[in-house]
Amino acid sequence: MARKKTNRAAPDAAAATVVVMVLYITESGPNSVRAIANLEAICEEHLKDNFRLEIVDVLEYPRRALADGIVVTPSLAKVSPLPTATVVGNLSDKSELLRALGIRG
Amino acid sequence: MDANLSPDVVQSGEFDLRGLLAMLKAKKEEIGARWIVFDGIDVLLTLLHDPKSEIREIYRIRAWLAENEVDGAIITAKIDGDGSQIVNYGFLQFMVDCVIGFERRLEYGVPLHRIQIVKYRGSAFSQGEYPVSFGPGGMEIAPPEPTEIKQVASSERVSAGFERLDTMLGGGLFRGSSTLITGVPGTSKTTLSGKFVEAACRRGERTLFVSFDEGPDRIVRNLTSVGIQLKAHLKSGVLRMYSGRTESVGAEDHLAKLKALIREHQPRCMVIDPLSAIAKAGGLAAARSVANRFIYTAKDQKITVVVTAINDGDEPETESTDLQISTIADTWIHLSYLIRGGERNRALTIIKSRGTWHSNQVRELILSDAGPMLADVYTAGGEVLMGTLRWEKENAESAKTVQRRAEIDQKRMSLELPEADTRARIKVLEHDLERQRVELATYSSDDQARMVSSSDREKTLLRIRSADPAGHAGNGAVAALEKHHPSNGSGKSSKKNKTEARDGT
Repeated sequence: MARKKTNRAAPDAAAATVVVMVLYITESGPNSVRAIANLEAICEEHLKDNFRLEIVDVLEYPRRALADGIVVTPSLAKVSPLPTATVVGNLSDKSELLRALGIRG
Repeated sequence: MDANLSPDVVQSGEFDLRGLLAMLKAKKEEIGARWIVFDGIDVLLTLLHDPKSEIREIYRIRAWLAENEVDGAIITAKIDGDGSQIVNYGFLQFMVDCVIGFERRLEYGVPLHRIQIVKYRGSAFSQGEYPVSFGPGGMEIAPPEPTEIKQVASSERVSAGFERLDTMLGGGLFRGSSTLITGVPGTSKTTLSGKFVEAACRRGERTLFVSFDEGPDRIVRNLTSVGIQLKAHLKSGVLRMYSGRTESVGAEDHLAKLKALIREHQPRCMVIDPLSAIAKAGGLAAARSVANRFIYTAKDQKITVVVTAINDGDEPETESTDLQISTIADTWIHLSYLIRGGERNRALTIIKSRGTWHSNQVRELILSDAGPMLADVYTAGGEVLMGTLRWEKENAESAKTVQRRAEIDQKRMSLELPEADTRARIKVLEHDLERQRVELATYSSDDQARMVSSSDREKTLLRIRSADPAGHAGNGAVAALEKHHPSNGSGKSSKKNKTEARDGT
């Protein structure tokens, strides 16, 4: 699978919870480009290395997105820890995103 | 594909439909779809909270459709405001080839659905707004009325219910015609309709009796009281009765129901009592359109229709302000009350009847357990008499007849008397005549006798005197005597003898 993966799971942070997320984008879309940038900035700031992010290009894998119940792009799905959450948009609204991810900002 | 965002979804910033369209393409290729419907695209797009972005995404869909070679796509979206001033998605109208507008509004508490074709590139279309109704039979759109009316006119007559009314109508109603009966409540519109139904059922024709606000049982019972029997026809299935409620049911829904009933029962005759009930809910404009279309539908199917309508005033003119069916109905019978001499009597007038002679007289309608009937006409001072006045007139008329007969008898007797007298006198005169004849006859025979005796005397004298040769003078006298002979009795008797002899053989 030519899935774009950005795995930065830190081996020393066993105590810290690892946030698992999937970001659905369309590669060329400006909103998608912005979403990736916004998410990376937030992860850098709040999660350090305690996260795992999978990026799915819907143009390339529409079936995967269909199966995952994605409607629009970009969409971010938080898989774990529970509860799961879905955020749509280019993630420019930071506070909404942090609340959805369960991160106290 | 469910393109609804779950309510739990959090929005953070702007999104687009690129991903959705990519997924759609995959799906389309999977099932080989040729048509795509975007139902309620606005639900998703309003989440963008930005009209410009919404337009952008709509154009994205358009570009996608062009790229992906679909046969057609339908996009539905809710618009605010009425058709003339669309607040959002106005641009949609420029983008697509055909725009169909649906509208739903409440009129007097009843929903009214309308459809309008706003634009259709490269095709002529009806620009009007047409009523739509949704029922178990699907969606029904009132088609634009054909500009040309193409109904075949029948010259066959059917009974309007009873003989006297048929006579007033010049022989009955035309098959496939429509009849409007108007009148204030209680003027026996239902009874007249019932009589029409009964007559139709007796002819064995399938009949539909639609009533509003009164149940079939009650109608049947009430009509029985005036001698109209429908129970047997209901049982045999010739007659179908339907009673509908009118509250909070739109006129369009009524029409859909009526059409369904016609399809089910296939009637040749039909009654709607009262048709004006459909205007109760849903507004007058809609009811008018429905009433018109119903009558056209019935005409197209050659159903003879009688509809009733309640008018507020006693003047038939007020009906024209109501459903306005009086102009398209072929026959218009108006029932009213005439108050005169302290009585309220039912009166029937035929206001119009297309294509046939009809009586112009106001007639009294009498209800009895033998059914409705029209009374004989008595006019006084240019007005038709009714009720007691008519009864009095009838009595006076019969009294007058008796009197006239007596007068005639008297006159005849007075003429008979002199006639008898004259006859008696003729008799007397005849007697006189006879007597005189006899006298005359007697006199004639005396005369002969005298003549004979005188010639005898002459002969005797000659013989005595012996002056001339006796033979000469005697012959002459005999000859003269012979000449007279046929006129006396002996000649007659010889003839008589001959006839007697003949009779004897």
